Amino acid sequence: MRDSFVRALTELAAEDPRVVLVNGDLGFGVLTDFIARRPHQYVNAGIAEQNMTAVACGMALAGARAYTYSIGNFPTLRCLEQIRNDVCYHRADVTIVAVGGGFSYGQLGMSHFAIEDLAVLRALPEMTVVAPSDPWQAYALTRQLHRRGGPAYLRLDKARAELPEAPVALGKARTVRDGGDAVVFATGGVLAEALAAADDLAASGIALRVVDVHTIKPFDADAVCSAARACGHVVTIEEHTVVGGLGAAVAEACLEGGVAVRGFRRIGLADCYPTVVGDQAYLRAHYRIDAAAVARAVRAMLRAS
Amino acid sequence: MNATALQHPAAMPPAIDSEALALKLRRHVVRMCSLGGSAHVGSCLSAADIIAMLYGAVLRVDPADPAWPGRDRFILSKGHAGACVYAALAERGFFPVEMLDRHYRNGSPLSGHVSHKGVPGVDVSTGSLGHGLGIGAGMALQLGRAGGGQDVYVVLSDGECDEGSVWEAALFAAHHRLANLCAIVDHNKLQSLGPVAETIALEPFADKWRSFGWAVRRIDGHDHRALREAFATRAADRPTCIIADTVKGRGVSFMEGQVLWHYRVPRGAEYVAAMRELGIADAVDA
Repeated sequence: MRDSFVRALTELAAEDPRVVLVNGDLGFGVLTDFIARRPHQYVNAGIAEQNMTAVACGMALAGARAYTYSIGNFPTLRCLEQIRNDVCYHRADVTIVAVGGGFSYGQLGMSHFAIEDLAVLRALPEMTVVAPSDPWQAYALTRQLHRRGGPAYLRLDKARAELPEAPVALGKARTVRDGGDAVVFATGGVLAEALAAADDLAASGIALRVVDVHTIKPFDADAVCSAARACGHVVTIEEHTVVGGLGAAVAEACLEGGVAVRGFRRIGLADCYPTVVGDQAYLRAHYRIDAAAVARAVRAMLRAS
Repeated sequence: MNATALQHPAAMPPAIDSEALALKLRRHVVRMCSLGGSAHVGSCLSAADIIAMLYGAVLRVDPADPAWPGRDRFILSKGHAGACVYAALAERGFFPVEMLDRHYRNGSPLSGHVSHKGVPGVDVSTGSLGHGLGIGAGMALQLGRAGGGQDVYVVLSDGECDEGSVWEAALFAAHHRLANLCAIVDHNKLQSLGPVAETIALEPFADKWRSFGWAVRRIDGHDHRALREAFATRAADRPTCIIADTVKGRGVSFMEGQVLWHYRVPRGAEYVAAMRELGIADAVDA
């Protein structure tokens, strides 16, 4: 997904001279081509995320279309007040790009787990929040985000769902597997686990609808309510805390939309800090944010109703 | 002087008496703080001469066209002196002076910390310290790359220099040799709970900025001739920091050097006495 983003940004920089990439001194080998081709549209802000964000905001207020780039929580939580006061309040055209959503850097430890970013950033007015589920989507949504303009947050996972290339529209949830017994909403690369759960349940004759909510804000409440109403049993999965993220957004949409679901279950990180490390697949299984957890939740719901 | 500015005669700084403007700003801020019941009168008074010099004789801005792309940019990073900037903008003609009476009032856009929302002439909203210099550095970099000749001015407080983000921005600006960036520190020696020197010592303050790669001028921040000269002799190859030695509460004797007047609202006899010292003999309690 990271490479797809860089490819899209390299094209955008060639098309639009206002594009500038403000880097937080990361991306060894990944940004080499961009830097060589677009030296005047690139700034390395060093290891100073507050300043990276403020500089990007200042450049945007002076006419640039700025992208900040770093990993994990560094471009988001480390400089949250610069995002809030400087970027969002001024509606500055800054898109924050974080590589390493969720457990992407699973061996590096808690500091590098981006597990509260969706909740925190979606709380900010003016902000668009996007978590693509696979590389072609990351490419397409990067281009669409550019058309929309910042403030925006683009969360890129290392893991990815495997889906055939198909049209995607910023702000519109996408049904990637049909079904009517239950629905699972997923965001980011962990969509792969939802698809695997659908395969597993299909073998038992249970039709699980899978909806890709790649845009967390603005939230596609209409599509979510309509799928929840049609299926009745609702599961959400996110590589993120269950507090305030996708699951919370789905619950809010259903309640306010008058959808009386028969079952509802958020799958994500319980309100705790991970204390073990491992690769992304290991940590998903360890913290029960995986296909088995989705299938279990659906089966339990169907039994209960 | 850049070519774009010359196409906008209204943008040229008016040939005004900056000392007279500073006096007007002091009267405005004391009245505004009294009317609105707001704090930070001491911080406004220490910055009044700096703000008056900037809006009176330095900044190329156009009150008729606040968003004119060729304008110089000004950021009040010590946002708590917002009243002083609002007063300067009103005096410069960005909005009616009467609007100043709404400062701090219910439903007013004139917040205690400077905000751009609904206030013509404000480019950047602040209030949380340590934000302005980084934004200014980004503006200076972008404007410098575009080659339009605009300058960027950022006024900081001395207590604000406790914030690490100030020094992140100082490193960045020096690395990129942002000669079109000028920081002015309103060095009034007092912060929230007491003297700067007893809170987090900044000295040797000028050496710190110099060692970061900035050109440094240290002047009396109430001396208009010194201010004018400092702005006129900025370095051509690096950012400039003007450390302006000031007195908190300057202009009202009983407020000068008193940390109490970081918070206290001038009311009743104190208001009348303050205005009398500022040349208004017949002020009645606002």
